[in-house]
Amino acid sequence: MPAPTTATATATTNNNPPTPLDFKESDTIPLPPPKPFQPSLRHPASRKSIYDRALSRPPSSTSLPAFAHLFNTLITYHHAKSASVSEIEGRLNRAGYPIGIKMLDLLLYRQGGKAVRPTRLLDLLQFVHGVLWRGLFGRAADALEQSTSKREEYMIVDNEPVVNTYISIPKEMSQLNCAAFVAGIIEGVCDASGFGTEGVSAHWGEGDEMWPGKTIFLLRFQEKVVEREEGIKAAGG
Amino acid sequence: MSVTTQHTTPTELMVYRVVFALLIINKAGGLIYTRTFAPGLQKLDSNDYLILAGTFHGIHAISRSINPAPPVPPAPGNRRPPTTGIESMESSHFRLTCFQSPTGVKFLLFTSPEQPNTDVIVRRCYEVYGDFVMKNPFYSLEMPVRVEKFDRALGAYLARP
Repeated sequence: MPAPTTATATATTNNNPPTPLDFKESDTIPLPPPKPFQPSLRHPASRKSIYDRALSRPPSSTSLPAFAHLFNTLITYHHAKSASVSEIEGRLNRAGYPIGIKMLDLLLYRQGGKAVRPTRLLDLLQFVHGVLWRGLFGRAADALEQSTSKREEYMIVDNEPVVNTYISIPKEMSQLNCAAFVAGIIEGVCDASGFGTEGVSAHWGEGDEMWPGKTIFLLRFQEKVVEREEGIKAAGG
Repeated sequence: MSVTTQHTTPTELMVYRVVFALLIINKAGGLIYTRTFAPGLQKLDSNDYLILAGTFHGIHAISRSINPAPPVPPAPGNRRPPTTGIESMESSHFRLTCFQSPTGVKFLLFTSPEQPNTDVIVRRCYEVYGDFVMKNPFYSLEMPVRVEKFDRALGAYLARP
């Protein structure tokens, strides 16, 4: 319990039962006493929730319609709150970001004792392409590419993103790709492993007859990350 | 001779067994989706489709309330099971199969009379609707269905190559 001097002063005044005169002068309404905490989490018959399970246990697969329902609600919420397509994407991205930060630790923990945090750029990209994708969607991503024009840009391609299985984008917002949520997860993983990004975004891969839902995740790393990587390479690492 | 019959019979069946069209009517009687699957059908204009949907909705409601069979006493504590209304209509050239979802959405499937298992087909259409329309965050309830993946999935299931 941190107790700086100013905080103690206010705490002692709050502990005294305030007189009715005080309320008239301060123009405040006393808050009702807090209700005792009652967990709303429902437990299965074994009385074990998801939090009681061992972390190292291999993940069991979740029902896709159940996920679709949650993701649907997330999108509807952010759609109602945003004015533009880019704002929806930004909000979905921020919703995925904390998941990415936790996924990095969780996946490394589940890999067992030999696992190490990706320390090189290519290791990180392969981690995202393989381990992260398998952990989230049960399969690896379809391609990993480097931009030909910019050295700090990399692309991960998913031909049919699982999160978009049931989602059709209306014509008036055709630029929107709800896999921005996954882009946020990738961004969280990159940032948490020390490879700062300028942002990860999801784009439609256009003109593919075979895969109409093809999505390209564009990873833009910070300049200093690329410089550090080249420094290690030059030093023979 | 037997060889030729073996060759012609499947192709003739292919010609006659056809799904003509699918209509979806919302619970208020409004037409929210219409699509034809076979080439060379007689054209209806959009107004006629709306009238057809509204009329069928009314007749279906009547058919639910006129039930000549004596009412079955319901199990204690249960409500009397509702009558389903029109489930299929047949004529010399087509069969209409109607499936009503628990929420009141009606699926009308127009097929040729030779088409078997129309109830299975119409339930599969309901499943596709549940997947790609109801799970789509950008679809607003009771409104016309303009959903790309629904069109694609229905086409893959019903349209003949």
